[in-house]
Amino acid sequence: MMAQTTLATPAVQAPAVARPRRRRFTPARIGIYVFLFGAALFFLLPLYVMAVTSLKGMDEIRAGSILALPGAWTVEPWRQAWSEVCTGASCEGIRGGFWNSVRITLPSTILPILIGAVNGYALSFWRPRGANILFGVLLGGAFIPVQVMIYPLVRLLAGAGIFGSLPAIVLVHLVFGMPVMTLLFRNYYASLPQELFHAARIDGGGFWRIFLHVVLPLSTPIIVVAAIMQVTGVWNDYILGLVFAGRDNLPMTVQLNNVINTTTGTRLYNVNMAATILTALVPLALYFFSGRWFVRGIAAGAVKG
Amino acid sequence: MSNVHLRKLSITLGGKPIIRELDLNVEPGEFLVLLGPSGCGKSTLLHSIAGLIDASAGSIEIDGQDMTLADPSERGIGMVFQSYALYPTMTVKDNMSFGLKMAGTPKAEIARRVGRAAEMLQLDALLSRKPAQLSGGQRQRVAIGRALVREAGVFLFDEPLSNLDAKLRAELRRELKLLHARLGSTMIYVTHDQVEAMTLATRIVVMEKGAVQQIGTPADVYERPANRFVAGFLGAPAMNFIDGEIDLHQRFSARGLALALRQPVPAGAATLGVRPEHVRIEADGPLAGAVTLVEPMGNHQVLWLDCGGQVLSAIVHGPDVYTAGQALRFGIDAARVSLFDAASGGRL
Repeated sequence: MMAQTTLATPAVQAPAVARPRRRRFTPARIGIYVFLFGAALFFLLPLYVMAVTSLKGMDEIRAGSILALPGAWTVEPWRQAWSEVCTGASCEGIRGGFWNSVRITLPSTILPILIGAVNGYALSFWRPRGANILFGVLLGGAFIPVQVMIYPLVRLLAGAGIFGSLPAIVLVHLVFGMPVMTLLFRNYYASLPQELFHAARIDGGGFWRIFLHVVLPLSTPIIVVAAIMQVTGVWNDYILGLVFAGRDNLPMTVQLNNVINTTTGTRLYNVNMAATILTALVPLALYFFSGRWFVRGIAAGAVKG
Repeated sequence: MSNVHLRKLSITLGGKPIIRELDLNVEPGEFLVLLGPSGCGKSTLLHSIAGLIDASAGSIEIDGQDMTLADPSERGIGMVFQSYALYPTMTVKDNMSFGLKMAGTPKAEIARRVGRAAEMLQLDALLSRKPAQLSGGQRQRVAIGRALVREAGVFLFDEPLSNLDAKLRAELRRELKLLHARLGSTMIYVTHDQVEAMTLATRIVVMEKGAVQQIGTPADVYERPANRFVAGFLGAPAMNFIDGEIDLHQRFSARGLALALRQPVPAGAATLGVRPEHVRIEADGPLAGAVTLVEPMGNHQVLWLDCGGQVLSAIVHGPDVYTAGQALRFGIDAARVSLFDAASGGRL
């Protein structure tokens, strides 16, 4: 009915009739806001508690009131968490774990993205014989629980002589990241026009030249998405780091666990909270600063161009 | 200027035969248009000539060399796509020089060729822009320029004007024709638009269901269509088809209509094909009908006539005013009709 009325009315008449203004606060709208604020509070409360606890002294914490703001603000727990707290045998804070995590995350992000991009490019443009079967097998890998593969992988890497080292943990992350990385890039490239690739074929580009000159420059949005997924995934990983990284390369998550489980005397809640926030800081910051790109990348991948 | 010979070419896509044993010779300097409805295999055929789709049997020869298995870049072709397919991250200049850079052409030569193409297509002012900053017509010009700089023997066009609005399409169509006259290169052009085919082609290849229906000059294909499909596909409004009988005295008769034929044809069931412009409204015409609809086109009018149950369209020029329901007399130009076999649809 609405559409018919609009069509029948000439455009000239429109300004003359004052349209009723849309009401700002309908009951439904208020309900939505109440729900959204409630949900936001629910998710923010733990973070708030962690933040205020990490800025209090132990006396204040013992005094009770978990939600109260610190009476005497202090960053001492943060300093301790970063450089003094005991992570198992040594007491040098979790900064060692931070740098270990950086060393693991950087190659474990760059390599899977590069290889995933090449995989996706080959699968969606060159379509080698059996490409779909290949892709199916790769995807199947994503559904096998990590636990099933840990022991075989330990044996395999031990056999290769790199078990418990930085290359080992990077290789493991590379293998486990491959299905999703390939899927991401394949679907993104499938949304690019095939004619673009054809034009490049006629212009004489080979496999690598078309990839480097034509396809890769178009991949920024999906690379950002892939980087976010891979960085958060690798940074938050616990079990793989614990098993494969070796004593010298234990990631921050494992160190954090050691901090919290090491009890010598009183439990330093404020230090534990500070260490936890420090560990969560990288993924948190990443989401914070790349939210726009993240949404854009997902939209770019979802909508066919 | 190269020639292209296709011999017994077959193309199968996903187990489905698209083109079956097709033979086609394209002469040097020719503007050959592949015309047909969507899904007739014309684009597939063009992509196969370009080397973007593998032929399952037969051979493709370009400039005297067997190119059936050659890489697209080695075939001596330039191609223009419907979606322009410009590299979005490169400037116009880089788009045009990409292929030459890949081929390792010296810088000075690249600059010369890009300059020449840009001058020919009036792209000089746009060379440093990105494709996103161009209009549709400009984008397609760049795409044509990118093909031109290759200085290829054969240029392939895959519905290059389909994404443009009507005015721009007519403009670029003229430019393409001038370009062909200037370069004299062999061009193979795929379209479903009969106006493009008629105006551009030196020869038209009408295709349907993966097979060639007729090859001929535009006039030939229009005046003497080889079968009912070709006759119905070309011309707007479409040719009038009337099913009837030819008797032993060379007389065609159908419900509400009879016509003495000029050409000797075998007696039997047949379909008469009459172009709307060959239906003449005359006060003393031998046939009678009533106007059911008038479509004014500006420089002419299309009359839809009911003639004893047969619907006929007629094109009339001149200022006469017709109204629906009006009875009038008309004649059919017997020298210019086409007759088709009732069963096979082939021309008699």
